Amino acid sequence: MSRHFFSDTTALLGRSLRHIMRSPDTIITTTIMPIAFLLLFVYVFGGAIKTGSGAYVDYLLPGILLITVASGVAYTAYRLFLDMKGGIFERFQSMPIARSSVLWAHVLTSVVANVISLVVVVLVALLMGFRSGAGVLAWLAVAGIMLLFTLALTWLAIIPGLTAKTVEGASAFSYPLIFLPFLSSAFVPTDSMSGPVRFFAEHQPVTAIVNAIRALFDQQPVGTDIWIALAWCVGLLVVVFGFAMRIYRRKVS
Amino acid sequence: MTTLQAHAPAIHVKGLRKSYKDLQVLRGVDFDVARGSIFALLGSNGAGKTTAVKILSTLLKADAGTASVNGFDVAKKAADVRESISLTGQFAAVDEVLSGRENLMLVARLRHLKDPGRIADDLLARFSLTEAGGRRVGTYSGGMRRRLDIAMSLIGDPPVIFLDEPTTGLDPQARIEVWDAVKELAGRGTTVLLTTQYLDEAEQLADRIAILHEGRIIVNGTLAELKQLLPPAKVEYVEKQPTLEDVFLSLVGTPGKAS
Repeated sequence: MSRHFFSDTTALLGRSLRHIMRSPDTIITTTIMPIAFLLLFVYVFGGAIKTGSGAYVDYLLPGILLITVASGVAYTAYRLFLDMKGGIFERFQSMPIARSSVLWAHVLTSVVANVISLVVVVLVALLMGFRSGAGVLAWLAVAGIMLLFTLALTWLAIIPGLTAKTVEGASAFSYPLIFLPFLSSAFVPTDSMSGPVRFFAEHQPVTAIVNAIRALFDQQPVGTDIWIALAWCVGLLVVVFGFAMRIYRRKVS
Repeated sequence: MTTLQAHAPAIHVKGLRKSYKDLQVLRGVDFDVARGSIFALLGSNGAGKTTAVKILSTLLKADAGTASVNGFDVAKKAADVRESISLTGQFAAVDEVLSGRENLMLVARLRHLKDPGRIADDLLARFSLTEAGGRRVGTYSGGMRRRLDIAMSLIGDPPVIFLDEPTTGLDPQARIEVWDAVKELAGRGTTVLLTTQYLDEAEQLADRIAILHEGRIIVNGTLAELKQLLPPAKVEYVEKQPTLEDVFLSLVGTPGKAS
């Protein structure tokens, strides 16, 4: 690690954050879809979905939070792609800066942008009647899971950001991620699904993560879900981080 | 700086080769650039100019041959080379969302200099961009962007500057602005390697000119030396018509530095 890693990353982070502040539409676009899902499912379909005793919005929010991040990281790939296309990436690489700081600045920017989007979505959910008696520790645990999840999806987004040939290609990877919660316990309980779908839903990461967050909000015991959720997040993070760094090193060497 | 470095050429290239899959872009390129001089690499599109610049600025690895910049080998001492150079690529490498001043401050920070704000203000004044300094670069004209781009390259006073087709796509006025900036640079002792496909640009600016053709340097010399390669000048009487550029410039006004 270069001795300038932190100061270089900070300088580049400042640059990307200015981009976000000057085009807040990326935050708005990120939050529109999850908020639309919230409205649609709570006010249209929710009445017909049986999830137990609580309000449907309480049941739905954890899955919506994951969708928010999945749609947010599309912009991470997009921003990195634009830097790669324009001359600015080459300018940075020809300067005496820490080599990986260009990527880390994008990663940290992605975290900040997603945190803002998540706060917006939670505020809308509160307006729609979402309530949780969760204490500080439970909220911190939710924040921790969301942070890990965001980091994992962000490093996943770095890969198309580095390799895509077109803008569409850079963000297309996020569509299946946004769709994945539909095949999980995010919208409806898995026991209402048919055989193979149910098997898939019960063994894919979204269900474990959603169940863990739901239990934390609900002040229920989190059981094994939280460990499965953490294992998925950390496992994915390690794998995609390794891949992204390898691709990056090949690009910049 | 050691005496060895002071005497060695600022850029030394020997037997440089680079292929992209089956396409041989550089087939053994040799040239030296003396300290403080302007060296023009002249060639048509696809001649390999940009590839050569990318290798010299550590963005690409050569397949064979050696190259050193400011006494440092580009492959083995890439970090030292990066400390010694700056690159202005073919497309203005500026951040359109940031203002001109913020662009300059960002580069000053990344070069780990003190007082980025003052450095930015000095350069804005030097390149007649003070008024535009607070505006987003997205609103700049092509010439202003290029000037900003070159100003960003000067931060930290790197001894060697690469300008890859600095005037491609610019209107005549903006071209002259860029030329003035390059001349000023060389006046301060900076070594400039510039690539161009415009003959008049090389003629205007360069101390030495090398013609890169199909991956090889086919001629390398001063303008006078190059002219001697042609048949001796004939004396002919031709009525001198104004060029379209003369007409254009006289109609829109001679470009001053402040525009």
